[in-house]
Amino acid sequence: MMRAPSFAYRAPRSVAEVVEILAGEGPQARLLAGGTDLVPNLKRRQQVPVTLVALRRVEALKEVTSGGGFLTLGAGLTLSQVVGHRDLSPGQRALEVAASKVATPHIRNMGTIGGNLCLDTRCNYYNQNYEWRQAIDFCKKAPGPEGTAKTEVTTGICWVAPSSPRCWAVSSTDTAPALVALGAEVTLVSTQGERRIPLSELYFDDGMAYLTKRPDELLTAVHVPILGEGWKSTYWKLRRRGSFDFPVLSVAAAIKFGPQGVVLEARMTLGAVQSYPVSVPTDALLGQPLSDEVIATFAAAASRPARPLDNTDYNLSWRKKVCTAYIAGALKELRGDSPEQLGVLARTAARLPVLS
Amino acid sequence: MSDEIERSVDPPNAGTWNVVGKPRRRVDGRAKVTGQTKFADDLVLPNMLFCRLLRSPFPFARIKSIETTKAEGMPGVKLVLTGKDTPVTYGILPVSQDEHPLAQELVRHVGDPVAAVIATCEEEAQAACEAIEVDYEVLTTISTAEQAITTPEPQLHAYAQEGNVHKRVALQFGDVDEALENSAHVFEDVFFYEGNTHLPIEQHASLAEVDKDGNLTIWSSTQTPHYLHRAIARALEFEPHRIRVIATPNGGGFGGKSDPFNHELVVCKAALVLGRPIKITLNREEVFYCHRGRHPVQMKFRTGVDADGKITAMDLETLLDGGAYGSYGVASTFYTGALQTVTYKIPRYRFRGCRAFTNKPACGPKRGHGTVQPRFGQEIQLDKIAVALNKSPVDLRLNMLVEPDSLTANFLTVGTIALKECIEKVVTGSGFRERWGNLPEGRGLGLACSSYICGAGLPIYWNKLPHSGVQLRLDRMGSVTAFCGATEIGQGSDDVLALLVAEVLGLDPQDIHLRTGATDITPVDLGSYSSRVTLMMGHAAIEAAQRARALIAEAVALKLEVPKGRLVFAGRRVFDSQDPEVGMTFREAVVEGETLHGTLGTTGSYRPPRSPARFRGGGVGPSPAYSYSATVVEVEVDPDTGWIAVDKIWIAHDIGRSLNPTLVRGQVEGSVYMGLGEALMEESIFRRLPGKLSPALVHKFPSMLEYKSPTSLDMPEIVTYLIEEPDPKGPFGAKEVGQGPLLPIMPGVANAVYDAVGVRVDENPITPEKILKALEAKRKGKEPRYGPKSFPEIPWEDPFCVSPPWEGGDGTADNAPQRKRAATKEVYR
Repeated sequence: MMRAPSFAYRAPRSVAEVVEILAGEGPQARLLAGGTDLVPNLKRRQQVPVTLVALRRVEALKEVTSGGGFLTLGAGLTLSQVVGHRDLSPGQRALEVAASKVATPHIRNMGTIGGNLCLDTRCNYYNQNYEWRQAIDFCKKAPGPEGTAKTEVTTGICWVAPSSPRCWAVSSTDTAPALVALGAEVTLVSTQGERRIPLSELYFDDGMAYLTKRPDELLTAVHVPILGEGWKSTYWKLRRRGSFDFPVLSVAAAIKFGPQGVVLEARMTLGAVQSYPVSVPTDALLGQPLSDEVIATFAAAASRPARPLDNTDYNLSWRKKVCTAYIAGALKELRGDSPEQLGVLARTAARLPVLS
Repeated sequence: MSDEIERSVDPPNAGTWNVVGKPRRRVDGRAKVTGQTKFADDLVLPNMLFCRLLRSPFPFARIKSIETTKAEGMPGVKLVLTGKDTPVTYGILPVSQDEHPLAQELVRHVGDPVAAVIATCEEEAQAACEAIEVDYEVLTTISTAEQAITTPEPQLHAYAQEGNVHKRVALQFGDVDEALENSAHVFEDVFFYEGNTHLPIEQHASLAEVDKDGNLTIWSSTQTPHYLHRAIARALEFEPHRIRVIATPNGGGFGGKSDPFNHELVVCKAALVLGRPIKITLNREEVFYCHRGRHPVQMKFRTGVDADGKITAMDLETLLDGGAYGSYGVASTFYTGALQTVTYKIPRYRFRGCRAFTNKPACGPKRGHGTVQPRFGQEIQLDKIAVALNKSPVDLRLNMLVEPDSLTANFLTVGTIALKECIEKVVTGSGFRERWGNLPEGRGLGLACSSYICGAGLPIYWNKLPHSGVQLRLDRMGSVTAFCGATEIGQGSDDVLALLVAEVLGLDPQDIHLRTGATDITPVDLGSYSSRVTLMMGHAAIEAAQRARALIAEAVALKLEVPKGRLVFAGRRVFDSQDPEVGMTFREAVVEGETLHGTLGTTGSYRPPRSPARFRGGGVGPSPAYSYSATVVEVEVDPDTGWIAVDKIWIAHDIGRSLNPTLVRGQVEGSVYMGLGEALMEESIFRRLPGKLSPALVHKFPSMLEYKSPTSLDMPEIVTYLIEEPDPKGPFGAKEVGQGPLLPIMPGVANAVYDAVGVRVDENPITPEKILKALEAKRKGKEPRYGPKSFPEIPWEDPFCVSPPWEGGDGTADNAPQRKRAATKEVYR
């Protein structure tokens, strides 16, 4: 079987201890929350950390509080704990749907909300084991150990776009687009202090350096605005198997409706179309109800930032086409179309899985 | 035992069976769900060492040198093996002995094993593998079958028929050209069936040990311990009687563990060198490299029909992408042309097939072996014919079903056929007659049928020996042990063995001790492939049990002074049918038997009837019986995106008789699951990169996350109908169910897509991308279809010409010698 490399294991009990270890070890330490993404990556040698800092004993990361118009979720809550949490309000439904659609029940029972927000970007050339990557020759996101590349030419290449200087791995987190659309913020803690930033600012448009979080920082909490009267939100996820897979496209939308369904405020974020969750301008929706015409025009324009590349499941031109249908579908769901009206696409895209 | 022995449908106690036909928990069920079953990887022996294989990173290369000195000096390393240690070839078929335990001069696909390291733990073995320096000369890669047939050099195998064409075959039954000429309509269609793999949950694992006497034992997750036994004897030049192969319970096989594999031979070799137990467990990526999965097949059907839509003739061409080795490929090639004739009457038939070598893991037998691909084409084409002739797909089929007890054009002997009942069940259940063609846009129904063999009529290597044997041992403690070489791969063969012996002896299946798949103590059974085990092992088990019953009955009759014909074996007792109070317990009965006869042991064996097909190539397709299946699939398709969801499946299977209906239903549902995977998402496709940057040709996603296969949560509702029409050739009338029900699912989905949105997808998997492309073509006024445009030009040989039975044929070819029967005498080297 594939085995993880050897590493030192630390299991501190407080945030202060965690950040102290991070400050001492630098980038050679990795945080281990649920481990559902990191452990497979260790086995396949995408990451070979010297030290793993386990967060499971840090009770402070598992708290839920509210105040100041926000519901604050500790980053160490499992995705299963987030789904169906009694403190979530109806306007925050997008988060619940997104969390419920991460992988399988087993993985949701282990994986955490903080871990999902920091999920490594994914790529068909990168999420392969060591021998596979050796067979195609290593890419820049996971170069082999020195001297293992087969030719000089290919060191530091992105196989998705060989002439491009950057890495195009795809942001594959489900909860991030949902939380960005809900206007969430996150707290980052290091030995140098604490900062609270909009979640959208956590991400960076690069497949390798995809987080603005520094290696010495710990993401401790997610602050989700308590959206009141008139707010509705949803999350549509495209994937081959409704039971399992990472997103290859997702649409998170949050809208505040006024009387007669007039849109007062709107936010929309696309997932898995670039190396970061992409928020699209929504001005065209404001001040009117969501008619078929408004939706069609908006969906055509809003899908433009989606630039799928050949590095996930499904072919890229089809993913691009589906983007328009997904945006339209999410908006139709929010305006109140019935499941029958939404059709077969919605059945897979937005249905809550059976929860155990 | 007579070759042509007539089997009775109704062995003892007809109609009053206590076990046969009763839905029961399988005998090995509890151990499996509680984790007590020991799979190969669970085995641990004292002083055990671990093996890892260094595999080629290149798809096609010449090994110039291998430097192992550094690896040999690394911590924990006990042995490094390379190709020079394993110079003798092996392979599953006598005609394609083209594999080596470790590569000799050439590596032929990414993942081909080059060297092996034995060390005290896997980590050390792996580290040492990485320290082995191999100097390769990279060769031009052959990546597709079409490229292979036009690119003779560089050649993968010198023994190929020509260039990179492994084998071409051509058979003709009657004057097909004339029949097509005179047909009212001729339909010509090309299809492509993409390759896919078995995806058993258990990864292959093996443990080899040399005992104090120098004898070799291997425990392995294999479906075919007997064939592995032969391969080890040959490739390692070791006397076969000193080898013991134990097939551990397989965590799924589906054909993927039917070949002897490199890793099995390597651990045997290492155990012989070191004298210590050697274990290997493949990782998932390596399982993808072992492969032997479904061949990608291009197909061209030219089918003539009369004004009623009845088939007048069929002309089929197939091109198989075989990957890098022979495997079962020659048989697979024949199978793409074998079973077209056993469902619908085809008066004249021509089949030409070609298999090519490419630099990819070898293809081989996967559930439905070679018949799945052409069944996909045939059933879609029938749907097209029905639509073109404005006929119901139901009536079109019902109008031309093969007659029971008949010969086909290619001399296959059909016995019972309950396909009509299968069709009627699914058509009625789904409301097909009323709903097909009348559902709202986006929703559709598709009908498809199929057939499969109940065991191959011939073994892999020519011999006149039994295909399956069972021994029974009974003793004075009342214990009964059944010994059989059959292999439990999850399909339930242990349960079938126990239930048949129990039925005949009046016991409970749980009473029977089983020893299976161990070549030192169990009689040979050829293995768990070709849906052969229930039928062949079943007959052997019944025969052994009836002999034991006769011995016991004789003794009990003397003791009780009751005629033995009046004795009943039931409820763990043997008693007088006219006075049930007069009798004794089974244990007492065995004591009487042992007293009278001495130690009690019996045997049974089975060999299939001879086939009337006596032409070369006629060895593939004959079977003692054929199972039949029909399905109706209901889908919903989104016309804007092509998104497809399968909502419900009705499936009927002609099982002959269900020995344990729980197992039968499990096999039907498992087939539906696997079929939906092939229909909707599974594909073994390969990554190429810009040629000037990388020669890579590697499986695109050798992982269980990205090689998409449905999970239990993705399954639609399934309505299963079991059609019980006992077949005289089957044990208690039973036929196979392990493979047949898979076949109709893929064309059923394709036909349902047509009913839903009016487009044809003539290529699997039927993905949203392909459906949308076809929908876009339809909207532009082009042919509403996605699929291959043409079939490659292949320089076919003139076919062997065999006249169909109704044209006076006797099963021999008019223009070729009869198949030589004794040419391949077994020689152990």
